Amino acid sequence: METPTLTYLNDGHGLASWLLTKDHKRIAILYLVSITAFFAVGGFFALMVRLELLTPAGDLLSSETYNKMFTMHGVVMVFLFLVPSIPATLGNFFIPIMVGAKDLAFPRINLLSWYIYVLAGIFTLYSALSGGVDTGWTFYTPYSTAASNTHVMSAALGVFIAGFSSILTGLNFIVTIHRMRAHGMTWFRLPLFVWAHYATSLIMILGTPVIAITVLLVAAERALHLGIFDPALGGDPVLFQHLFWFYSHPAVYIMILPAMGVVSEIVQAFARKNIFGYSFIAFSSLAIAVIGFLVWGHHLFVSGQSVYAGLIFSFISFLVAIPSAIKVFNWTATIYKGAVSLDAPMLYAIGFIGLFTIGGMTGLFLAAIGLDIHVHDTYFVVAHFHYIMVGGAIMGYLGGLHYWWPKMTGRLYNEPWARVGAIVVFVGFNLTFFPQFIAGYLGMPRRYHAYPPEYQVFNVFSSAGASILAVGYIVPLIYLTYSLFKGRRSPADPWGARGLEWEIPSPPPTANFTVSPVVTHGTHQYAPSKEVGIV
Amino acid sequence: MFTNLPFFPQQASVQAGQVDAIYFFMVAVTAFFSLLIATLVVVFAVKYRRRHDDDIGVAIHGSLPLELLWTFVPLVIAMVMFVWGALVFFDLYRSPANAMEIYVVGKQWMWKVQHMEGQREINQLHVPIGRPVKLIMGSEDVLHSYYIPAFRVKADVVPGRYNTMWFTAKKPGEYHLFCAEYCGTKHSGMIGSVIAMEPPDFQAWLSGGRAEDSPVAAGAKLFQDLVCHTCHMGDTQGRGPVLTGVFGKPVQLQGGGTVIADEAYIRESIVNPQAKVVAGYQPIMPTFQGLVTEEQLLQLIAYVRSLSQPGAPVPAGTPKQ
Repeated sequence: METPTLTYLNDGHGLASWLLTKDHKRIAILYLVSITAFFAVGGFFALMVRLELLTPAGDLLSSETYNKMFTMHGVVMVFLFLVPSIPATLGNFFIPIMVGAKDLAFPRINLLSWYIYVLAGIFTLYSALSGGVDTGWTFYTPYSTAASNTHVMSAALGVFIAGFSSILTGLNFIVTIHRMRAHGMTWFRLPLFVWAHYATSLIMILGTPVIAITVLLVAAERALHLGIFDPALGGDPVLFQHLFWFYSHPAVYIMILPAMGVVSEIVQAFARKNIFGYSFIAFSSLAIAVIGFLVWGHHLFVSGQSVYAGLIFSFISFLVAIPSAIKVFNWTATIYKGAVSLDAPMLYAIGFIGLFTIGGMTGLFLAAIGLDIHVHDTYFVVAHFHYIMVGGAIMGYLGGLHYWWPKMTGRLYNEPWARVGAIVVFVGFNLTFFPQFIAGYLGMPRRYHAYPPEYQVFNVFSSAGASILAVGYIVPLIYLTYSLFKGRRSPADPWGARGLEWEIPSPPPTANFTVSPVVTHGTHQYAPSKEVGIV
Repeated sequence: MFTNLPFFPQQASVQAGQVDAIYFFMVAVTAFFSLLIATLVVVFAVKYRRRHDDDIGVAIHGSLPLELLWTFVPLVIAMVMFVWGALVFFDLYRSPANAMEIYVVGKQWMWKVQHMEGQREINQLHVPIGRPVKLIMGSEDVLHSYYIPAFRVKADVVPGRYNTMWFTAKKPGEYHLFCAEYCGTKHSGMIGSVIAMEPPDFQAWLSGGRAEDSPVAAGAKLFQDLVCHTCHMGDTQGRGPVLTGVFGKPVQLQGGGTVIADEAYIRESIVNPQAKVVAGYQPIMPTFQGLVTEEQLLQLIAYVRSLSQPGAPVPAGTPKQ
């Protein structure tokens, strides 16, 4: 086993060597530490919500506090965890390596994006600690601009600032993928993880400016009483919803596309088989990114938007399901005739495929306009998007983190414990969120501090599941941290996987490659066969 | 605690069955594909499990026929769902012309209801079964959403405009009424009940109201109190347009264009009179924003509307010919 003498981890010591680094790998670690911290904060808020909902009466927290809890849960999880999660950590670390480059195109901008992220986090934490915000993460007007007397401004500013971090990351990825690919790394030899991030980056740079403008308009109306959204000032509250969802629906794809990229890598590595239908997976990512920009109106089916607008948004929402279906079928076909090993990353990937299928198909319920009227703003919606964001995005994130952990840290984690953790997460997740589909169809509205007693049984299951899910998240935190100090040293390729990242030492040297690689075939080519081409 | 555990909501409106039919179809499709994928993944993972450490999979790069199959089969199923969902929506959206109209105003954190016959209620709604009921809804402050799960209907209540929804209750009983759009501190307290009654019972309940509390009568009184009648007179001599017979009709606007004189236009003309001035009149009307509540606006609208109905009363304050 080779132990590289000089790696990115020991190339420079002390706090300054980290805080002033321009190395994409170190910046990825900075992001990893900070998003983990915010995940814990967001998880705490979720725990408070679930504890309160254990009983029908609003007895643990006051209504004000409860409303702040679910608002802060949403704001922190969406803007400070889910959006940056995979791109800023795994993407940051592996995109340059996967395309055969020494770093991202703009290393300083990469570091800047982390500082902007931290600043956004500080504003959001200030908002939480100084009393909280109670508008819901959706900041709907005119409540957010005219009625709420909580710390809307600092939270909105946090969201505004976080957006710039996201834009800079997206910009960096797009330029890197276009300009810095190694010799022979053609577009159709790129790992699918890179394709997924290319699609994600398009959304980041095209969509994020809109949320920034929207949040700024909310601030302008709240502080300066400019009539934009509040009808009492001559504004239109539904305009806000259009602007908000123009970003925030595509933002869901910012969260899920990178996870899909992770799953594509894991499925190939653990089936020891190249992907089935490479170009279909690659182009379906782009299709999701493009079509995803045209579906925002399905959040407004009951807002009083025109009937015909509703029909068009319903139609396009059904279309965006097709590329997702294509991916699921291709992943399944990839496992066929593979040499499958069910290590923890593969367990997460398989969990992802199952939960994403349910999450995606329940999205069709919400796209069907006549059915959405009933389930809109109920726990059915809450269950659906948690299947996508927790069952999908976080399972993908954890799978990727395990898959690449040996490469990032140079250490092997405890595999049996990791499998236990993956199963606990899967069980806890389903116990938490499946009952919410039933409660939702029964009519339980979301964001309710107190609720009629007939919904209690579902909430008891949910809260019990949430505590199991919490255990499922703490277990990896323990054995992964332990592995940093006591884990066995990892070889360059602990999984027997293929790809540029597995050809360099673990952990990689600062420059990634001693000689710039020359690529002659696609990734994940296990059997000695022809080029991984189109179809 | 968990006695009489419900897993499915009551079907208490004529529409509920239609919504549930598409729901069951989608549950079946979801169950089928979820089980299909789960089975395939598990079977493949077990059957093709790695037996030796250096095993590798078979190189298969794809199959165009399979790709086309799993593109077009989901597409066709999705289009069936789209069309079905749209048809159900059209039924939920288009209210029959003979629907009984009720005014609803949402405010933090209560629902106020005015029946045309004079009954008023808070956080309750009494309706007859077997007859279409249309709610015309406005908000005093922020967004709300009127939601009756047992009827499978919901519509946001948006300040500055009127949204409507309709249903035909089927089964007598008392059902949950929820605010479904987050509206601040006591959002989860903005709940109540919808009471569906046999028509004779409903008539008996309705007769408990006083005629002078009806929106039209209250609107007529407001029309006087706010001295609207000094400009909007029964003939063209007034400084404001004649209101008799205009409701529901197109109105010529200053600077060209027309607008249908519906609830939204009359509301706008009261709170923001300069927005769309009727052709031939000066923009001299002051705004009544802040002077009239949402409920009073609905009363004024009810009154203006009554001037266009057969046997309409002559507007108050009109000089006798």
